[in-house]
Amino acid sequence: MAEKLLEINGVSKIFKIGGMIRGKKLVAIDHVSLSIDNDKPVILSVVGESGCGKSTLCKMVLRMYRPDTGDIFLLGKPYSQKKGYDPLQFRLDVQPIFQNPYESFSARKKVDTYLFNTALRLGIVKTRSEAEKLIDETLCNVGMSLATVRGKYPTQFSGGELQRVSIARALLTRPKLIVADEPVAAIDASMKMNIVNLFKELKDKYKVSFIYITHDLSTAYYVSDYIATLYRGCLIEYGPAKEIMDHPAHPYTDLLMNAVPRVGEKWDNSVVLPDMEENEYAISYCKYAPRCPYAKDKCRKWRPELKPTTGDRQVACFYPLTEKSRDRS
Amino acid sequence: MIKIDHLSTYYETIDGNVPVLNDLNLEIKDNEIFGIAGESGCGKTTLLKTLYDIVEFPLVIGHGKVILSGTKDGKPFSYESGKIRNSWWSNISYIPQAAQSVLNPIMRMKQQFLDSIPRESRKNETPEETLGRVAKYLEELSLSPDLLNAYPFQLSGGMRQRMIIALATFMSPNVVLADEPTTALDVVIQRGILMMLMRLQKQQKNTLVLVSHDMGVHYQVTDRMAIMYSGSIVELGKTEDIFSDPIHPYTTMLVGALPKVGDKSQKVGIPGRPPAFTNPPPGCRFAPRCPHAADCCRREVPRLREIRPGRYAACHLFSEEAEQNG
Repeated sequence: MAEKLLEINGVSKIFKIGGMIRGKKLVAIDHVSLSIDNDKPVILSVVGESGCGKSTLCKMVLRMYRPDTGDIFLLGKPYSQKKGYDPLQFRLDVQPIFQNPYESFSARKKVDTYLFNTALRLGIVKTRSEAEKLIDETLCNVGMSLATVRGKYPTQFSGGELQRVSIARALLTRPKLIVADEPVAAIDASMKMNIVNLFKELKDKYKVSFIYITHDLSTAYYVSDYIATLYRGCLIEYGPAKEIMDHPAHPYTDLLMNAVPRVGEKWDNSVVLPDMEENEYAISYCKYAPRCPYAKDKCRKWRPELKPTTGDRQVACFYPLTEKSRDRS
Repeated sequence: MIKIDHLSTYYETIDGNVPVLNDLNLEIKDNEIFGIAGESGCGKTTLLKTLYDIVEFPLVIGHGKVILSGTKDGKPFSYESGKIRNSWWSNISYIPQAAQSVLNPIMRMKQQFLDSIPRESRKNETPEETLGRVAKYLEELSLSPDLLNAYPFQLSGGMRQRMIIALATFMSPNVVLADEPTTALDVVIQRGILMMLMRLQKQQKNTLVLVSHDMGVHYQVTDRMAIMYSGSIVELGKTEDIFSDPIHPYTTMLVGALPKVGDKSQKVGIPGRPPAFTNPPPGCRFAPRCPHAADCCRREVPRLREIRPGRYAACHLFSEEAEQNG
């Protein structure tokens, strides 16, 4: 089998909250395993509600946090291995895009300095004129140009435009993987689709894979090839986007799907909201059981493991939803 | 009922006055959920602030007024801009944007409730009795009364938002203004909170004005809605009609750009960006981004006109149709 681009292998992250003595442990990511193939670029969406560990996972992939258990492999090289780790090469291969473009650029610096710094300091090009050419070419691919960007401060752009610039900045290094943490959450509805379309385009053009982190399932459905659902730090469902979205097997994915305020279909029944969120991290049985409408005794005793079902799909549920059981509810 | 009468507002800045709302006319009826949609910087929040009468420097009302009227406990009332302040909490209340951060983090919730309830409505009660009423009300909203003893920093964002809604609706005001009540919250909590707002509106039969940039939210919640673009209303009508048959090109593109679960067809966003308030284009402000723009669109500002019964739009393209319908 071909070498994986990214392999996340049984990774956990534990945060300590509260004081030294009465502090609580919070398992933000609980033994998550995911992988992205190298042979063809894909967009992998990680979806889940706030506090489910999406951002923590993304920060671990970006090497901002060190996992407490497990390891992450980029092109077969483990993150934990200090020897042979080349920070420069890592930054060339993996690039981030963050949620709020106004926060990712300093308001007091001109936007083009970021582009030139990325191009020159990471050693992609040697001279400034070469850098100009590269930047202009990359900006053209995201629908901007160096002439419109040069000499401007972040506040002179709209959110959508600035997000394009930050995508272009990430693309300068010709990365293999872009980690986008809620890239369209702060962007207006009229611009959102332009950005999401850009991901699809760039995937084919630059052969770059994306980890697209979001809670907006409608864009996730639109853009992604694979979807992973996280709940309270656990990976509960994984598989091809279309299959999961059309026929969610885990009750929580089903809930997420129904919570999207969509046009053309009104909400009917009410939802159960979590009460004490911190406690849910510490549950030893299925973490979703207290909120699950289908929960049975077994769910309140044991934790279901992620098991393959049909095709590429995996689900962590004792009683995965089928067409029949969904109709009955 | 809220009546907005030829309202124009501007912001005073060093570089001169920046007009934001331009000659706005609108009537929001009793017992309806009214939605205001539009992208950021189109004047949604400025409009709500004027409705709630938080007109403070640098915001100035240049022209026109807002009239809040109705009946409370059998007594009719009517307030104009500048006086609406006197009826805060009892007749009109406001759920601000990022409501999670408006609570004082080091004051217990119960104290914040006591501070917000007007003195007249609790003059024959001890604080404990008032809190008893509050606890009962929280239970109706399926929130735990224990939350009154908690500090805001102990609650999650969604929980704080629900407490704010409880606080804003406790006096059963005639009008509730909600400014992006679910931004920064995820879809599941968003759905819970929106359904709570809808239930409250049904119970209290009051007016809910919901501002959001998420068109899906408007479809789910509102009865009537207005689409704003660059400081003016470009389309107004029943929510269902707006989604099934948009009139204004901006609305058409906005509705067409909505991604849907179960639909992988290619969607395009709207090219370009909204104009700056300091130097707006002459004529229709959407013209530079509009695919159907004609010469007259670049010269004359379109007025909001009734194009079909109950459907208003500000667009030159439909002026003929409007004249036919009188």
